[in-house]
Amino acid sequence: MSELIPVCTDEQLSETELAAIDAEIAHVPYRASVAIDALKIVQAQRGWVSDDALQAIARHLKMSAEELDGIATFYNLIFRRPVGDKVILLCDSISCWIKGCDGLTQGVTDLLGVGPGETTPDKAYTLLPITCLGACDKAPVMMVGEELYENVDEQTLHALFGKGQA
Amino acid sequence: MATIHIDGRAYEAEAGENLLQTCLNLGLDLPYFCWHPAMGSIGACRQCAVVQFQNAEDQRGRIVMGCMTPVTEGAIFSLAGDKAQQFRQNIVESLMLNHPHDCPVCAEGGECHLQDMTVMVGHRDRHYRGRKNTHRNQYLGPLINHEMNRCITCYRCTRYYNDYAGGTDLAALASRDHVYFGRHQEGVLQSEFAGNLVEVCPTGVFTDKVLVHDYTRKWDLQSAPSVCVGCAVGCNTMPGERYGKLKRVHNRFNAEVNGYFLCDRGRFGAGFVNSKKNLLYPGLRQPEGTYDALDHHQALLHMQQACTTGKVAGIGSPRASVEANFLLRSLVGAENFSPGFSAHEQPLVMEVLQLQQHTAAVIPDIATIESADAVLILGEDVTNTAPRIALALRQSVRNKALAMAADMGLQPWQDAAIRNLAQDQRNPLYIASVADTPLDDVAEVAISLAPNEIARLGNAVARNIAGEVNELPDEPLRPQVEAIVTMLMSAQRPLIISGTGCGTGTVTAAAAQLANALCAEGKRAMLCLVVPEANSLGQAMLCDADAPDLDQLQHRATSGEFETLMVLENDLYRRGPRFQIDALLAAFNQVLVLDGMDNPTTSLATLALPAANFAESEGTIVSLEGRAQRYYPLFKPPAERRPSWVWLLACLKELTHKDVEALHHFDDITRACANAIPALSGITAAAPDHHFRNLGQKIPRQTHRNSGRTAIGANVSVHEPKQAVDEESPLAYSMEGLNRAPPGALLPFVWAPGWNSNQSLHRFQGEVGGPLKGGTAGVRMLLSGTPSPGVSNYPEKGEPPFLDMPQGLWLLVPRQQIFGSEELSALSPGLCELVEDAYIEICAADAKSLGVSAGDGIVVGDSLATLEVRINDDVAQSCAGFSVGLKGAENLEALHAVSLRPADNWRRRAPTPGSEEVIGSDRALNSEARTRGRARQRPARPQGTVPEGPHV
Ligand code: SF4
Ligand code: SF4
Ligand code: FES
Ligand code: FES
Repeated sequence: MSELIPVCTDEQLSETELAAIDAEIAHVPYRASVAIDALKIVQAQRGWVSDDALQAIARHLKMSAEELDGIATFYNLIFRRPVGDKVILLCDSISCWIKGCDGLTQGVTDLLGVGPGETTPDKAYTLLPITCLGACDKAPVMMVGEELYENVDEQTLHALFGKGQA
Repeated sequence: MATIHIDGRAYEAEAGENLLQTCLNLGLDLPYFCWHPAMGSIGACRQCAVVQFQNAEDQRGRIVMGCMTPVTEGAIFSLAGDKAQQFRQNIVESLMLNHPHDCPVCAEGGECHLQDMTVMVGHRDRHYRGRKNTHRNQYLGPLINHEMNRCITCYRCTRYYNDYAGGTDLAALASRDHVYFGRHQEGVLQSEFAGNLVEVCPTGVFTDKVLVHDYTRKWDLQSAPSVCVGCAVGCNTMPGERYGKLKRVHNRFNAEVNGYFLCDRGRFGAGFVNSKKNLLYPGLRQPEGTYDALDHHQALLHMQQACTTGKVAGIGSPRASVEANFLLRSLVGAENFSPGFSAHEQPLVMEVLQLQQHTAAVIPDIATIESADAVLILGEDVTNTAPRIALALRQSVRNKALAMAADMGLQPWQDAAIRNLAQDQRNPLYIASVADTPLDDVAEVAISLAPNEIARLGNAVARNIAGEVNELPDEPLRPQVEAIVTMLMSAQRPLIISGTGCGTGTVTAAAAQLANALCAEGKRAMLCLVVPEANSLGQAMLCDADAPDLDQLQHRATSGEFETLMVLENDLYRRGPRFQIDALLAAFNQVLVLDGMDNPTTSLATLALPAANFAESEGTIVSLEGRAQRYYPLFKPPAERRPSWVWLLACLKELTHKDVEALHHFDDITRACANAIPALSGITAAAPDHHFRNLGQKIPRQTHRNSGRTAIGANVSVHEPKQAVDEESPLAYSMEGLNRAPPGALLPFVWAPGWNSNQSLHRFQGEVGGPLKGGTAGVRMLLSGTPSPGVSNYPEKGEPPFLDMPQGLWLLVPRQQIFGSEELSALSPGLCELVEDAYIEICAADAKSLGVSAGDGIVVGDSLATLEVRINDDVAQSCAGFSVGLKGAENLEALHAVSLRPADNWRRRAPTPGSEEVIGSDRALNSEARTRGRARQRPARPQGTVPEGPHV
């Protein structure tokens, strides 16, 4: 039954995070309006948003944890589980699918040993599927960290993740 | 009115109304999911699609959502057209992609709106061959079961829970086909109205957990029209029974009282009916303290003997029916009959009745409370004492939003648009109470004051409104007074709420004074006064103002006046400190107790008589708005249990009492009572008498499909039992009869062809969301807004002083709990897990000075109680809140001044994770749930005034 008992921690937001969030709050009529920005700020610092961090943000914005979690889980670029240093976002929408993104997913899996939703043991990469990155004319498309890769093929993958590369 | 055309036929319809509601009003079957009559439309599910044509020439038309389309003159629609039908089928098919093939094991099955709609649209074959999503379910507390896989993402749950009921701990999580309705982390749902999710959710995601554990399908339930006995609001209910057990409680619509919703005390607090502690046989106490079981003949003999040896005193009960109380009063004589309140509470309730009888203000029903445009609450924590009123107040503060919408030309049903428009703009709600209340989050101002200071505030406002402003300059509460005066005077329909909850009549008198002052200024003011129990007001109506209270009865008994005491459905140990009740009972040679369940009082009885509870008997009770309502038995009581009125009438007959010669039926008693007691003359109209027939037939308690009628007892005997006969009411213990538009007071369940779920209710309403075709249940006995001639002012009570507690003393102020403060509901399975340990609540500074912290123990007074400390900075200064009615706090009395000291040898309560003892109330509260409450005011007091209350 122990898993039914919510863990209570007094996780705090850091000074930097608080300052950044408060700067956003200054621009809006309701504190809750900055929910998305606050989540992004915290994620930028910590890589992802843990339950504790989420509760701390919710307290600061005077929202319930549920309200904020509804927002956090709506967006697929707010990570509610730990991710690797770099996130591989592999588009699997129509254009990229036509151009063979399935093979690319397999390619990444072969090279890094992780399937969609998984993180490499060295915490370097997390592979996530994503819908349309807005570069359909150069499909298939993939993002690694902040970097966008177009017309991706086996070579691209090898260059990025092949032995000796990653 | 507008003329519209649907599938080639012309109909008259209300212009501006949405088409879905219009179709249902016209008796047309248009499927829907997300629209709800009390919550309006958002167009989320796309199920109510129809084709709308531009004009008579338009042959193609376009798909529109019925619930989002206003009726306009000359509009042309098609429900039956292929395009619309196909669209609706596709919608259901898409909802079915992830919906499990669960019906046989789903608690919703047989009363599922999704099943009904699937059949209605004619969808049959599923083409999808992929995998279905599977979700992990959450523990949501002991009352509500969660089975997320069944969700069709209609969003009704979050709209109800957050938007309508003001909850914050249920959300729509994730996106796309992963949407999940649940909590951030597992835990007890915090809203006092969470149970309505069971009826609001059109599928089996949220179901009644207590029912799920001991399940019966709706079609096998025997149901009866009943009234909640959880508090004085008197919500209408439809409990369901099978195998002699109460299985669940559903809402019974009453347009003027509960509408579509109950509180969780009402929905989950009736399980005590099945208690193992129920008395089944009369028990005669033996010298060694054990009880011998008797049959009813022997018991009656003993009753008769007891009544003929010496004088008898009677103690009635505000939780027993008017009829039972009336009979006991007839038996012992009015001057020897105490209504059964505590000695402290009796004058309070009596006075509330007088105030209401003499007020010029409107006494609002619950629906009318929703219409208020400014609300002042004086002292009453309605969420915990009369919960349904709190839900109504949450709607009243939205009138501003509705007004804004009307200005913009929006219809009241355009829910999402209106909420967007108004954001957090609300009508003013001003709360003055002894500590924080769950309504604080929608209050404009919430202020913590000692009870008499609340009265002082009310009086000052009243005087100011009446134009006697002279005292204000020195008034320390002046800013508050001025704010309230402005608020009330700029309102059209101001509402004043108060009650017995904070333990002093000064507050209720101030509320009434204030309401009258508003009326004198030409306002259509409303006055709502809350009393504690289901029939408190009925009991006040039955008894004279000088009826003896418990203390007086004890004095007279001690002086040797009485031989015997007869107690009706009342655990006296909840009516005063133990030593006092011990003394009261010891003053009589014989104590006869009629009650349903074993309790400390029955355990001391010389003769205990098993009395049927509300689910096994018929009775009339009077709600806080003065509405007399009747509840009917759901099933026949087992063994030698009998309704109290039967025991008492039989006893009176044995005694050949002259008043009861002509009384045979329950209805005869009601009539006799109405004739004898002017204040109760209306009760006969509460419901039709037992001669009533619905188009010539009785009204069935069972559905057409009720199974096992002849075999249900086959494990005991293979002989088919005779159907039980109900001679006392127009209802039948059978599926035979007619449940078509019966009088509202006699509606046992809702069902209509094609509509198996509770959504079939609209077939029983004259208009969707409007009163029942058979009329609204109950009769109002307090005529609002008609003050008795010559009574305009109440006896002047003098200005209550500011609280000035000597160092080291605290004023005990009552803190009610929705789960636990009411005696019987607290014993119900599921709900009992939410009953917390008794506590004492003080502010951090006081805790520091006492050297205690939260969770420590504190001794109250001279060992009156040793309770857990809670720290709450919202408790009024120099006051200590105590949990009313919880085990361990029995000896504490409101408004006594007590000392506090840290308890030695206190063991802090710390449930070990994983231990079996962990129950719902041990789980950490969702600390975020109430973060939106406004900061409370806690004004400083002037020094040097006189202390109030007796010191202990
Ligand atoms: S849980 Fe029920 S009410 Fe909520 S969205 Fe799903 S089906 Fe609708
Ligand atoms: S508000 Fe009172 S009468 Fe209504 S359901 Fe709750 S406890 Fe019962
Ligand atoms: S479909 Fe892949 S980028 Fe648009
Ligand atoms: S009921 Fe109309 S869209 Fe859901």
